Amino acid sequence: MTTPRMRFSVYPFIWLAFSGGGVLAAIFLPMLVFLFALAFPLGWIEPPTYDHIAAVVGHPLTFLVLLAVFPVILIHAAHRFRYTLYDGLQVKHKGLVALLCYGGALAGSFATLVFLGNALTS
Amino acid sequence: MSDLSYRRPISVWWWTRKRTYFLFVMRELSSLFIAWLVLYLLLLIRAVDRGPAAYADFLDRAASPWLVVLNVVAFGFVLLHTVTWFSLTPQAMVVSVRGRRVPGAAIIAGQYAGLVVVSAIVYWLVTR
Amino acid sequence: MDDQIRLRVTRYRPDKDREPTWQDYDVPLREEWTVLDALNHVKSDIDTTLAFRWSCRMGICGSCGMNVEGEPRLTCATFLSDYAPGPVRVEPLGNFPVARDLVVDIEDFMEKLPRVKPWIIRDEEQPVDDGEYLQTPEELDAYKQFSMCINCMLCYAACPVYGLDPDFVGPAAIALAERYDLDSRDQGARERLDVLIEHEGVYGCTFVGECTRVCPKHVDPAGAIQRYKLKAAQQSVKAFLLPRALR
Repeated sequence: MTTPRMRFSVYPFIWLAFSGGGVLAAIFLPMLVFLFALAFPLGWIEPPTYDHIAAVVGHPLTFLVLLAVFPVILIHAAHRFRYTLYDGLQVKHKGLVALLCYGGALAGSFATLVFLGNALTS
Repeated sequence: MSDLSYRRPISVWWWTRKRTYFLFVMRELSSLFIAWLVLYLLLLIRAVDRGPAAYADFLDRAASPWLVVLNVVAFGFVLLHTVTWFSLTPQAMVVSVRGRRVPGAAIIAGQYAGLVVVSAIVYWLVTR
Repeated sequence: MDDQIRLRVTRYRPDKDREPTWQDYDVPLREEWTVLDALNHVKSDIDTTLAFRWSCRMGICGSCGMNVEGEPRLTCATFLSDYAPGPVRVEPLGNFPVARDLVVDIEDFMEKLPRVKPWIIRDEEQPVDDGEYLQTPEELDAYKQFSMCINCMLCYAACPVYGLDPDFVGPAAIALAERYDLDSRDQGARERLDVLIEHEGVYGCTFVGECTRVCPKHVDPAGAIQRYKLKAAQQSVKAFLLPRALR
């Protein structure tokens, strides 16, 4: 007996991106944020020299890793914030909120590609 | 028969009335700060693209008081995200190894181990 | 104990009231009394017009769910003395329309439950002569926790998503779907998946987790829902990558 085709829904895929982004945010962001937003600017730890940071940022492996990590984290954040607006603030313009949130994530993903790409070629 | 039942309205402040609801909304709000921090890191990468002067300038600006306040708060939310994400995973996933269920504490410990490893790699890559 | 305690109870008479009001009743503060005992005392000795649901008074029928001091609780399982000196606010179960006094309209749940097909679905029934479907203790353990649900709907009262969006299928319905999916005798997982893969299905849940906290039977509906999300996602990825294999 043939099983009929499974009904297609986009929600599982959005959820997978959200979940993946949540895991990546949980393991990558703590140290990255601690170093670059706190320790280096405030001088707790000596910031890397320009040559060193340029080498790290421009490395092809960095390109690949961050290109995978940042956009997925942005999708995670967009998805979660969208529901925060619906449930927390009871914003009713659901279409507009979805557009702004995922649109923002998309814009951020493009920025990731462009900035990392520039670092690579220079 | 008309419907005479009464539908109780839900206040926009529903999440302030119970501690667990409040923590939930804080956890969800972490998404805003996480998005900001990714943007911040992207701006850092752009500064590196633009050369040593831009990089130094970026670090200087990052030390300005209001930005530090924002980033400290944001960092707090990142930690909230990490801690809550790790602690919820065992409830969300049943992991079985060779027919026996892995206890929740082991799943949580595994995630923290992953965090430590990734953090160590990032630290070493950036500061060596 | 010669004390008294004040119950502050919601009254709503649909023929007379435009919105619910409060009425106070002073009841004896007996050490062994539950809130349900107090309500029954009110009805028998003070005010026979008070309407509320109850049945087994021992935490198995699921009828007496109400919001006590803002928390969804089974009133038969909630001790009056825990709220001394009072007053104790007793309101209809949250997130449901109020029909009268403490009675809520549960039609929405009654409509949603059969949607997830909470019964054993088989492609073909075993002939009666072959006897019962056998199940090992391990197979029972796989779904037993989710079978403990008494349909009391405290989880719906606790769920902010259901409160804000009544289209959401809700915790108990999903937990019961999972109970049958995990039952070794069942073959209906695909049918339930089609119902629950939608936005009002499992993916409407934002894992607040309050449903699990209020459940009097330790069903952990939040856990069931997250597991279902992962299961549905795995199925979707498989279907996407190898559509012909599912034919």
